[in-house]
Amino acid sequence: MATSADDSHAKRVRSDRDGVYALPDGQGHFGPYGGLFVPETLMHPLEELRAAYEASIADPGFQAEMDADLRDYVGRPSALYHAERWSRELGGAQLFLKREDLNHTGAHKVNNTIGQALLARRMGKTRLIAETGAGQHGVATATVAARLGLECVVYMGEVDIARQEANVYRMRLLGAEVISVKSGSRTLKDALNEAMRDWVTNVDDTFYIIGTVAGPHPYPAMVRDFQSVIGREARAQMLERTGRLPDLLVACVGGGSNAIGLFYPFLADHEVAIHGVEAAGDGLQTDRHAAPLCAGRPGVLHGNRTYLMQDANGQITETHSISAGLDYPGVGPEHAWLKDSGRAHYAAVTDEEALHAFHQLTRTEGIIPALESSHALAYAGRLASTMDRDRTILVNLSGRGDKDMHTVARHEGLVL
Amino acid sequence: MSRIARRFEQLRDRGRTALIPFVTAGDPRPEVTVPLMHSMVAAGADLIELGVPFSDPMADGPVIQRASERALAKGTSLAEVLRMVEGFREQDADTPIILMGYLNPIEAMGAAAFCRQARSAGLDGALIVDLPPEEGRGLVETMRSSKLDLVYLLAPTSTETRIELVGKVASGFVYYVSVKGVTGAGHLDMDAVAEKVGLIKSFIPLPVGVGFGIKDAASAARVAQIADAVIVGSAIVGRVESLAETPERIPDVIADFLAGLRGAIDAVDAASSPTPRLD
Repeated sequence: MATSADDSHAKRVRSDRDGVYALPDGQGHFGPYGGLFVPETLMHPLEELRAAYEASIADPGFQAEMDADLRDYVGRPSALYHAERWSRELGGAQLFLKREDLNHTGAHKVNNTIGQALLARRMGKTRLIAETGAGQHGVATATVAARLGLECVVYMGEVDIARQEANVYRMRLLGAEVISVKSGSRTLKDALNEAMRDWVTNVDDTFYIIGTVAGPHPYPAMVRDFQSVIGREARAQMLERTGRLPDLLVACVGGGSNAIGLFYPFLADHEVAIHGVEAAGDGLQTDRHAAPLCAGRPGVLHGNRTYLMQDANGQITETHSISAGLDYPGVGPEHAWLKDSGRAHYAAVTDEEALHAFHQLTRTEGIIPALESSHALAYAGRLASTMDRDRTILVNLSGRGDKDMHTVARHEGLVL
Repeated sequence: MSRIARRFEQLRDRGRTALIPFVTAGDPRPEVTVPLMHSMVAAGADLIELGVPFSDPMADGPVIQRASERALAKGTSLAEVLRMVEGFREQDADTPIILMGYLNPIEAMGAAAFCRQARSAGLDGALIVDLPPEEGRGLVETMRSSKLDLVYLLAPTSTETRIELVGKVASGFVYYVSVKGVTGAGHLDMDAVAEKVGLIKSFIPLPVGVGFGIKDAASAARVAQIADAVIVGSAIVGRVESLAETPERIPDVIADFLAGLRGAIDAVDAASSPTPRLD
């Protein structure tokens, strides 16, 4: 394994920033996107967070602690797996899976919550709050809160609570309070609104762990930096395994943290094509989807400027995806920038296509993927079948599908 | 001089503290709003804050969230809110009106179109909750050249540096959010509010309004002792909500409530020194 635990995170983050591009700017802008669009009450706390974050990543002690946690608690580095049988079945490019599903708690989310929780403790905050959609980020937050002995409150939309009951129970087992959000569309975006309201009210003792690369500066950059461990490891693993970089990267995009985590360390490798996959729900031609990059337009929501699902009057519209983790009307501002700059391409796959890929990977490889990750698998499969066998595609298998058993069964008319 | 500046100058000359009610436009239905605005002026409102409903009001508590949902369910768009302002101006050329809301509906309309329509409707300014002084340069300049005031929030967490920064861009007045929290939250620590208002006044020569946590005549009177304007939102919107099924009663009930606040504020003004208050 080319990635070693003593390779300081601070050094890596700095060199990533220097080597790739110097974004965001000091106020969190990725070109016209990102920024700081929050009520005045949060402006100074966000400035304190930015300063604490920058001091931490430059501190070898913080880095050592985080690297040790990622190794011993999360189980990093995560494996790189060549899905040979699935590749053979598709008859095209070789598919490699970055196994974030093997992390403690079953998804990439913990890479970020480890980092933010250590930062919270360093800042003397005693209470963690989080929003969650599929429940993976909520579980990852509740997990680190339990380990550090911090109070934890997770906001989750009423609709998501109904479709992710196993994760709700996990969070409660871990000692977190799960608050059902009944406003608006009762999904992830409303959970985020409610977490922001909590933070505005309890800003003195509370640290808000945002689970994706959205929100006000410094969250998009900070979460990217914490998740970039995915791409750093995968890049070294691909070089070691195949002797070269992959031809293509594919990752699903809701808010976009697993995707940025994979993409970011490859941005300067211009021979590597980058594809993000949004949720097309019932189809982009319907209004039941969650694909702001493919079918939305720029606006301001949740503290940043980015592509949004919105109506002509600037009201945020309801989204739909079979996967709760992609059911969000916005997307991280860096993805908006990568789209406009042409460095990354964004497509969308429907619920049906994602389910098909879910079953295909399960049957051919014995790996049950999360429905979110199944969107990336579906698109990677589509691309692979058009490519030669000596080409390679690296897919981020961002989470495992245990949490989705009820949803998939229900879709097939079964009740578990 | 803007209508807002003129209004505060008149108030200062009369030794009167401003009463600024907030209502969500279009709540519970669009035809209520203009008559409600007139009745609030008759009951002693000096300036009106008209809330623009937004689907994701992250700085608002449950009362104003529900008001936004009711107004959106009746199709209240930003363009519709500006038409209400225009309707109000047919009978009232003096009372300043500012919009209070979130940035995205304004961006969706476009800064130039918004300023043009706002100006011709007779709007005086806007307070954009999620637009801090660091952002939105283009919109800020377009508003300024359209002679629309841009009112900014200050909060208990605002440092001296931030107060100075807001002082450089704010016009009309500044709005001090008296508690950490969302609209409708909390109870006021008057000593802390008085100290912060004093600090703000040492940096910013504009009138300072205080809002959040003012629920009744007693809290309005306490705030009137230290602020140039008393801003009341959720206490009004909660009453509107309770009358959603009998909207014809809304203007009178809200006028009664405001008249009670006005009386309490006037008593404070009468008891305080007759010298001008805003120097």
